[in-house]
Amino acid sequence: MQALEMKKKVVIIDYDLGNLFSVKLACESVGLNVEISGDKKIIKNADAVILPGVGSFGDAMNNLKQLDLISSLQDFALSGKPLMGVCLGMQLLFTSSEEFGNTQGLNLISGEIRKLRSTIDSPVKVPQIGWNTITSSKVPWLQTPLKNTPANSYMYFVHSFYAAPVNDAVTLTITKYGDNEYCSAIFKDNIFATQFHPEKSTETGVKIYKEWALMNNLI
Amino acid sequence: MVNIRVIPRLDIKGPNLVKGIHLEGLRVLGRPEDFAQYYYEQGADELMYVDVVASLYERNSLHDIISKTARRTFIPLTVGGGIRTIDDIKSVLRAGADKVSLNTAAVRNPTIIREASRKFGSSTIVVAIEAIKQPDGKYLAYVDNGREHTGIEVLSWAKKVEELGAGELIVTSVDNEGTGTGYNIELTKLIAENVSIPVIAHGGPGTLKDFGTVLKDGKADALSVASVLHYDYIKKIEHTMHHRTEGNIEFLKSNRSFQKINPTGITEIKQYLLSNFYECRH
Repeated sequence: MQALEMKKKVVIIDYDLGNLFSVKLACESVGLNVEISGDKKIIKNADAVILPGVGSFGDAMNNLKQLDLISSLQDFALSGKPLMGVCLGMQLLFTSSEEFGNTQGLNLISGEIRKLRSTIDSPVKVPQIGWNTITSSKVPWLQTPLKNTPANSYMYFVHSFYAAPVNDAVTLTITKYGDNEYCSAIFKDNIFATQFHPEKSTETGVKIYKEWALMNNLI
Repeated sequence: MVNIRVIPRLDIKGPNLVKGIHLEGLRVLGRPEDFAQYYYEQGADELMYVDVVASLYERNSLHDIISKTARRTFIPLTVGGGIRTIDDIKSVLRAGADKVSLNTAAVRNPTIIREASRKFGSSTIVVAIEAIKQPDGKYLAYVDNGREHTGIEVLSWAKKVEELGAGELIVTSVDNEGTGTGYNIELTKLIAENVSIPVIAHGGPGTLKDFGTVLKDGKADALSVASVLHYDYIKKIEHTMHHRTEGNIEFLKSNRSFQKINPTGITEIKQYLLSNFYECRH
């Protein structure tokens, strides 16, 4: 009983957008104790937070605002506790997005969100839906949740926009799609985020949740 | 550069995997979750379940199958068949699906596409277009597994669906479905060249070259595959002691009317794609 109470709790942020259940299933499969919640108090007391999301940046920020979660998430990140973003959840961590003019994000990572390009020389469908590879950047993966992920692993992507960090030092992986060569994962102090969906990327992806959990003593 | 997805499609009736021809004449092949697990292990890029009878009374078994599959396979799972409302979508997603496929509901009430893509994200909403070629050469959309005529021309429908916010299209040729005569290239190309969202080709492949043709000439972005994979899996498991499948597979041994379908595994399909210079996860 005591062991159960001691177990670290990870909160998956529910802001009424997209599907949180596959993230939950993947987390549970690696032994994480997860709760889906949009309650400020529960988030504050969490040992770690995962910000998932699919859909539009503007809708997501509106929902976070309406649920009064913007400062909760910013405070959580400043507390130094682990924060993981997935897909739109990674994009929301940035300063702003060019979607619908210019929408402000959580501003935890400096940079902006831009639309994927399709060019005459390299025509691609946007959104990108499907598998693509992640290659290493200048930042070594050894001290990150990707430490056991082979370079050039295939990951599952679903997105029309990508993150362009101001500082290269946060870029953990690079992905190419048509004419676009973009940052597909970031790592900065307690913040880790992926544009791809590790929970939909076979055991190779699920292992990333496991490494993140181990690194942060969550399991 | 762009990786072609191979997506096994599993038609479900009650607790069983079934397969028909022209979406009709269903035969029971076994337990869908066993087939799904095998395809996952063989390198399937996504999975698709379609409840072909879509009877509301059978919903519990569908949810049970979704939930079992979602706990064991970590690739995207699309579920279609009988999904009519936002609440239906929510309940299928909560059972563990990642995307839903809409056909009848979208035709009857197109605004559900906008509402659903806004609420769950465009990428969660796949629209299924089931087409039958008319004597005048036009392709019209059908609903209820190719049984009911809508009078809607497929290309204008595809464009409208894209505008309403669908993330992907799965385009079925009811004429070719289950026949092994190859995908309908004309239909696939008509739609794939005129929308900017991905098009999943469905219906008809019997041999490896059919996959190459629909990619090259049909401009498909992804391949939905059923019979060739199911028959391959059945062939493999019928020799094992642990064959728990209770399907009607006698018809496969009799080898009648299925000469055009060469049972092929996912690995072979991917090797074929790679050797023809298509990229795919491998």
